[in-house]
Amino acid sequence: MIVLSPSNIERIDQIFVLTKHWLMGYVPAVAQPLTSAILSVLPVLIAFPAIFAVTTLLERKGLGRIQNRYGPNRTGPWGVLQPMADGVKSLTKEDIVPATADRWVHFFAPVVMVIAAFLAYSVLPIGRNMVVVNLSSGVLFFFAIGALVEVAIFMAGWSSRSKYSLLGAMRAIAQMVSYETPLVLAGLVAVMATGSLSTVSIVEAQAQYSHYLPNWFVFTPWGFAGFVLFMIAATAESNRSPFDLPEGESEIIAGYFIEYSGFKFALFFLAEYLGMFATSGIAITLFLGGWSAPFSFLTWVPSYLWFFLKLLAITCGFIWIRGTLPRLRMDQLMHFAWKFMLPMTLLNIFAAAAWKFFPVGILRWLGCAVFLAVAFVLLTRGLKKRGDVSVRQYRFAD
Amino acid sequence: MTLVFLLLAAITILGFGAAMSLRNPVHCVVGLTLGLLGLAALYLQLGAQFVGLTQVLVYVGAVAILIIFAIMMTRSSESAEDQTYSHSWRAGVVLALAVFAVLGWAVHFGSTSIPAQNVMPELPVQTIGDALLHRFVLPLEIIAVLLTAALIGAGVLALQDPVPETRGPR
Repeated sequence: MIVLSPSNIERIDQIFVLTKHWLMGYVPAVAQPLTSAILSVLPVLIAFPAIFAVTTLLERKGLGRIQNRYGPNRTGPWGVLQPMADGVKSLTKEDIVPATADRWVHFFAPVVMVIAAFLAYSVLPIGRNMVVVNLSSGVLFFFAIGALVEVAIFMAGWSSRSKYSLLGAMRAIAQMVSYETPLVLAGLVAVMATGSLSTVSIVEAQAQYSHYLPNWFVFTPWGFAGFVLFMIAATAESNRSPFDLPEGESEIIAGYFIEYSGFKFALFFLAEYLGMFATSGIAITLFLGGWSAPFSFLTWVPSYLWFFLKLLAITCGFIWIRGTLPRLRMDQLMHFAWKFMLPMTLLNIFAAAAWKFFPVGILRWLGCAVFLAVAFVLLTRGLKKRGDVSVRQYRFAD
Repeated sequence: MTLVFLLLAAITILGFGAAMSLRNPVHCVVGLTLGLLGLAALYLQLGAQFVGLTQVLVYVGAVAILIIFAIMMTRSSESAEDQTYSHSWRAGVVLALAVFAVLGWAVHFGSTSIPAQNVMPELPVQTIGDALLHRFVLPLEIIAVLLTAALIGAGVLALQDPVPETRGPR
């Protein structure tokens, strides 16, 4: 039985860091940098695809229950072997490449997408002292990597030489580019409050406790608005329902990865879910306090456990929204991004700046909350009255 | 001239060379993206984190996407059948070598005027932000006005035809 002394608690909390240092002691000095890099990266490479496998099962069961049916329940008890069945299926399916497709671009598109998806994890602080690279501009790195995904989608959609895939790729890139601005602006408020672009500093700024409540940014008015806006933009960035028109099955039959089968399709699937986890991870880092515990008397639980619990909560939220809300049409998507999300994020930046200049107390809490609520109500009423929910006018390019 | 620098330089030159010499425009765009990523990696290797990451964000995330949209919207995807090199390529090579010689001479003889520093100066983002808002605030505002003008101009260009008259519901 493990005695929960403070040194033991810290040992369990830092167990991965201590294991790595112990293993490094056995490596000769000449191979130390390379081995250190590999040992830092390996847990990410193992853990997140494993979480991906579990999430596919969770999603199918969860969606099934929301839709009043069982999910997969034949492969193993309660369908727990379904991810393994899916893996075997995707590995053994025939890899069909269209005859007129651009062979090399078609081959490299899923590779680039998976590389970009994995690169994004290098700045996420998963636990105390557990970040792969502590970049001083980590948040900027994360948003820069998102740009690589768009190039990969273009490569996939174009090289398939198919109308559906090109249309899907155009829609997907337009959607991702449109929602990137609200994503960055919504995440900017956390950077403003901390004064640093480093993800580790942002988490450490939120790991303080006042009385026994945490200093997470989501508990401030601008942080809450920023979190909600960030999650909406993140749903759109990973092409998830209700923003999944570029890849909806009943609309465009999988859009830009329509001509991919077998393992390449599995790679796209993996990259999409990894992108979802990475964006959730950044949301946790920026707004939900990263690896810090929700109450000061719960800090004995290991820090990585809190990170993964928050990730689980956000993933369940994603699945819930997918099962509940209908799909948005393309022009509704674009209107939402440019007419609602962009002004709302800009006003949120105002509120966050005002927060810093007000004296600490209930006054600034009320002031910022009222400002944001009034802005939200005026914006939504104003947009509705202008008839943006009427029959749309087509305007074709010449 | 470490191994990392040589690898990154090779990737960059390969990417830009592919962007210049391949026939299919889509392949050229992919090569251009690779070259831009190599440049960003070179910035990061020199320790300029902010510049390197902004290079990825702006060049790969915006400029390359813009070129991609231009290729997707027009039908310039087919490879050119005839020779894509111009007739006066020899004069072009001579000119390029002359420009390279001038640049190399300027860099080599200009570098002695900067005192050699053994320690790289730390350039956190805060220093760049301070400089932008204190010393360079006027260029910043002018660039902001320019970008706004470009945005409005693009919107006006896209809105060429007037909105058609709406008919009431029958």
